[in-house]
Amino acid sequence: MNALDSATIQEFRAILGGDAIVTDVTELKTYDCDGLTNFRVVPRAVLLPASTEQVQAVVRICHRERIPFVARGAGTGLSGGALPVANGLVISLARMNRILEVDIPNARVTVEPGVINLDVTARVSPQGYFYAPDPSSQSVCSIGGNVAENAGGAHCLKYGFTTTHVLGMDVVLSDGSLVRLGGKTLDTPGYDLAGVFVGSEGTLGIATRVILRIVKMPENVQTLLAAFTHTTEAAQAVSAIIAAGMLPAAIEMMDNLAIQAAIAAVHADYPICGGLLLVELDGPADEVDLLVAQADEICRRNGAWSVRTAQGEAERALVWKGRKAAFAAMGRLSPNYIVQDGVIPRTALPAVLMEIEELSRQAGLRVANVFHAGDGNLHPLVLYDRRIAGQEHAAEKLAERILEICIEKGGSITGEHGVGEEKKHMLSKMYAEPDLETMQLVRCAFDPLHLSNPTKIFPRPRLCGEQPGVYKPHPLEQSGLAERF
Amino acid sequence: MQAGSATPCIREVFRPWCIQSGNVGLMQTSTPANQTELAAVLAEANESGLGVIPAGGCTKSAWGNPPRRADIVLSTTHLNQVIEHAWADLTVSVEAGCTIGKLQKVLSSRGQRLAADPAWPEQATVGGVLSTNDTGALRLCFGGLRDLVIGITLALPNGTLAVSGGKVVKNVAGYDLPKLVIGALGTLGVITQAVFRVHPLPRHSKTLTFAFANLEAMQRFILSIQNAGLSHTALQLRVGNFIEADILLEGTEAGIASQERFISEIASPADCAADVWNARQRLLSESGVLAKVSVLPSEIGDVIAELRRASTCRVVMQAHGLGFVFMPEPGPLLPLRASFESRGGSLVILRQPNQIEVWGDAGSALPLMVAVKQRFDPKGILNPGRYLGGI
Repeated sequence: MNALDSATIQEFRAILGGDAIVTDVTELKTYDCDGLTNFRVVPRAVLLPASTEQVQAVVRICHRERIPFVARGAGTGLSGGALPVANGLVISLARMNRILEVDIPNARVTVEPGVINLDVTARVSPQGYFYAPDPSSQSVCSIGGNVAENAGGAHCLKYGFTTTHVLGMDVVLSDGSLVRLGGKTLDTPGYDLAGVFVGSEGTLGIATRVILRIVKMPENVQTLLAAFTHTTEAAQAVSAIIAAGMLPAAIEMMDNLAIQAAIAAVHADYPICGGLLLVELDGPADEVDLLVAQADEICRRNGAWSVRTAQGEAERALVWKGRKAAFAAMGRLSPNYIVQDGVIPRTALPAVLMEIEELSRQAGLRVANVFHAGDGNLHPLVLYDRRIAGQEHAAEKLAERILEICIEKGGSITGEHGVGEEKKHMLSKMYAEPDLETMQLVRCAFDPLHLSNPTKIFPRPRLCGEQPGVYKPHPLEQSGLAERF
Repeated sequence: MQAGSATPCIREVFRPWCIQSGNVGLMQTSTPANQTELAAVLAEANESGLGVIPAGGCTKSAWGNPPRRADIVLSTTHLNQVIEHAWADLTVSVEAGCTIGKLQKVLSSRGQRLAADPAWPEQATVGGVLSTNDTGALRLCFGGLRDLVIGITLALPNGTLAVSGGKVVKNVAGYDLPKLVIGALGTLGVITQAVFRVHPLPRHSKTLTFAFANLEAMQRFILSIQNAGLSHTALQLRVGNFIEADILLEGTEAGIASQERFISEIASPADCAADVWNARQRLLSESGVLAKVSVLPSEIGDVIAELRRASTCRVVMQAHGLGFVFMPEPGPLLPLRASFESRGGSLVILRQPNQIEVWGDAGSALPLMVAVKQRFDPKGILNPGRYLGGI
């Protein structure tokens, strides 16, 4: 890692103020990874702008000096999206954490990217509204990070993902210019660049202001817990619920390992079973009562030996606390784990769960399953101990094989965590070269110099044609990581 | 490529432009049998720099600015199959030339639907509906087409067939190109296939209609319904020499009944007008001046008042703020557009006797849009000049 020269540091200090730039090597290590801790790169510096103008000013310097940068929200991402790039900077949006406007009559909230996801709901819940995308990390993750990854969560089965709830944003492009994508009203004329930007994992620029849609809370919410002997029975119940024409707000599944971990971590009152379903239904009270009764009957018909409905808001909150703490709770079962994020068609759930069980047996490694059963988004947690020779390698192989199965079944390698650094080698198993090249046309339009999070998503970045003047190879070309179109 | 004269619908649409502009060519028609042939036709046209007008059902061929040149009508009429209806997974793959009506019929055989209500479903095709982003009342509950599409295959001018998205609803692998081409009027590529998420058909449904003495009362009603936490599927406003609102309730009988009771305490339902959910299509079928407007929900009443002050008009608008306006003359269009844009909204002209620029303010993102266009269609052969900013 080459330290920044003092002149450039002075330029950044003049823009940001002395306490908004980190250059001490020890402190820089705090930013050397995100929630995916296997990959670590120490950045040259970390900048903490407090306004759109400051973001523009620092990005202009990066553009001038050809310094790549990685935007960072709360650093909770699970695919290495906020992993620094070699010889690059981190631009942290943590100081841009204001809720700028709350417009209840129009159900819109405008925020800076550093605002925490759950804080949006907290701000509007007194008026009976909530912000629907609810990743399990929502108490700590940022809206900017949610935008980058098109974050989902348990309730996206009914309410959709981040992209459904982002109407527009201000974006600083990699040359420092500011553009408005979308707006407060629907169908702003022109290409839906806001829609392309959401989920682009920080590779197209930095969002500095985001217009969100909020949703009115339903009249009634009920959460049902159904205990099955095996996850395959639970998976069949999921299919049956959907086939009955119901669209629950959420359907989550946890296997025995995940249940044990959640009980140990947060004292969740879960039945000890092979497969647990959490089914949440919301809407008009009369309708919800009817649907809960129907879901109960379907679960029992598919083998549930216990079905109960959470009584009251406090019990419902505890039910969800256990589910949302599941990943973190794995630490009680194993010193290390790899979590994956593959998606399969819902009807393939029983067969794929059996395949994962078989792979787990063959590898001699435990795999806990806690996931969004309603939309086939798996989160297998491959448990291992790095201190035991060969286990980490075996765990990586097992995790990768699970993703290959997802592709074979017509699914996806990532439903919500993003490709990032971790899964980019898998992207070319999911898409053919022409598909990836077409996506990169978009990137070339936004960021022709490949400065914004340049090494993420694509296995082979394609540079964007010849630049005028004397030929200077891009750092990615020099390192053999990229070819030129 | 099959040479031949332009289809009647295209001839009718483009005749005035042919006469006015010497740049519009004789217009051959190509009807490829499949997406591979379509991509080849496109590549051949690109080689020669010919202007290509993609065409589905031709129901909205007049939307957008006149093309700078039009040499080939590229018809998707033979790409008309439902490829796979994975009903148990609630997804469907379909070719772009399939009509919405045909698609809905296939889906309904399994008790499902595409939760979208574009105009003229018996003629309008999947590709055309996506390219024009034509949405109606169901958008309030189910989102726009951008929320229903989960995968797309696109034919690019260089002959590439590119897939983005997939067959599962949750998928964040790679860029969301379906979003890019929805509403792009075919200027970035020709959609050849799409994959949608589908929804179960409602068990029961009921429409309630309300009449108001003035727009203020109508606006108060909209806000009350929004704040009530109901699960209504649609809320539509119809204004002419009357002011009426329609609410669509779907679900279980018990759920519908309880919502109806609640709503009746806000306002008393009137007799239900006939076929209210086709009101938008009837308006779009009128001759005269037509425009699509987008405003904030809280300003619907004020906006409709402004429209009425500017002209005799009829309006069909949804509670999410998207609406369609008919007026007899184009005179008020530009002042209205300026006013709506100052509110953060928009006014896009769909039909007019003049040549007023159709789209309105391009905003700060126009250079970026031009850059995207140049990457996808460097020779500018797809619907040249029809889009925002002369794209």
